[in-house]
Amino acid sequence: MKYITLFIILFLLWLLLTLNLEGPNLIVGAVAALITMLVFGKHFLRDWYKFFQPRRYFWIIIYLGIFIWECIKANFDVAYRVLSPKMPIKPGIVRVKSTLKTDIAKTFLANSITMTPGTITVDVVDDDFFIHWIYVSSSDPDVYTQKVMGRFEKYIKRIFE
Amino acid sequence: MNSISNIFFIIGIAFDLFGCIGLLRLPDVYNRLQSATKSVTLGTCSILLGLLLRYGFTAVGVKALLAIPLLFFSATVAAHALIRGSYKFGIKLSDKTVVDDYKDVKK
Repeated sequence: MKYITLFIILFLLWLLLTLNLEGPNLIVGAVAALITMLVFGKHFLRDWYKFFQPRRYFWIIIYLGIFIWECIKANFDVAYRVLSPKMPIKPGIVRVKSTLKTDIAKTFLANSITMTPGTITVDVVDDDFFIHWIYVSSSDPDVYTQKVMGRFEKYIKRIFE
Repeated sequence: MNSISNIFFIIGIAFDLFGCIGLLRLPDVYNRLQSATKSVTLGTCSILLGLLLRYGFTAVGVKALLAIPLLFFSATVAAHALIRGSYKFGIKLSDKTVVDDYKDVKK
């Protein structure tokens, strides 16, 4: 079943990439997806059934909206820090704790943090995320945990757990 | 529609430019990675969105749309690998750094 889920995803990706519903194209796509499935199938997610739960897709759409908004806001912030003559930066590496359990959720949280300008995930050790931040605005762990990941964490929990 | 896609192109190019300025001005390798990997990725995403608006849902537009998630995931992984690699290699943080929690983690 894990293999079939991967096959469906790969085949849909192929159809989107080529945008062509003729016979030969479908066959080429199916063969390519089959080979990829056989090679990489055993590394695919163990809990494949989550792909067939529609409420997760609803949360993904909400999450994407919030993520894009945060990205744009943070991007303007970094642009201001780069362009202003005095360069008001206060860089540092902070440790924040997350409550997420599964590996895939942690991966996506780390990726979201890296993609928001101003923060990069340096390393993940068990539950601790080490984050390089271009402007460390407070020294209180609770405040900066909320600032760095609070807005993403609850949605990622709903999507992946 | 063309003028909206032009606006997206202009925003994208502006953010690419800010990323490059940051690459020159910021003090150390970690801060430079911040602006080099992310402002530039978002600027490029904006250019690709402009491409989608210009061509609509044709072969070109959909490919541009699919390139956005691929760019996102590869850029995040590259940024993470570069910053972790330079820390493990022993490159110093700049003088402006206020806090470093990572140094007591066992190597």
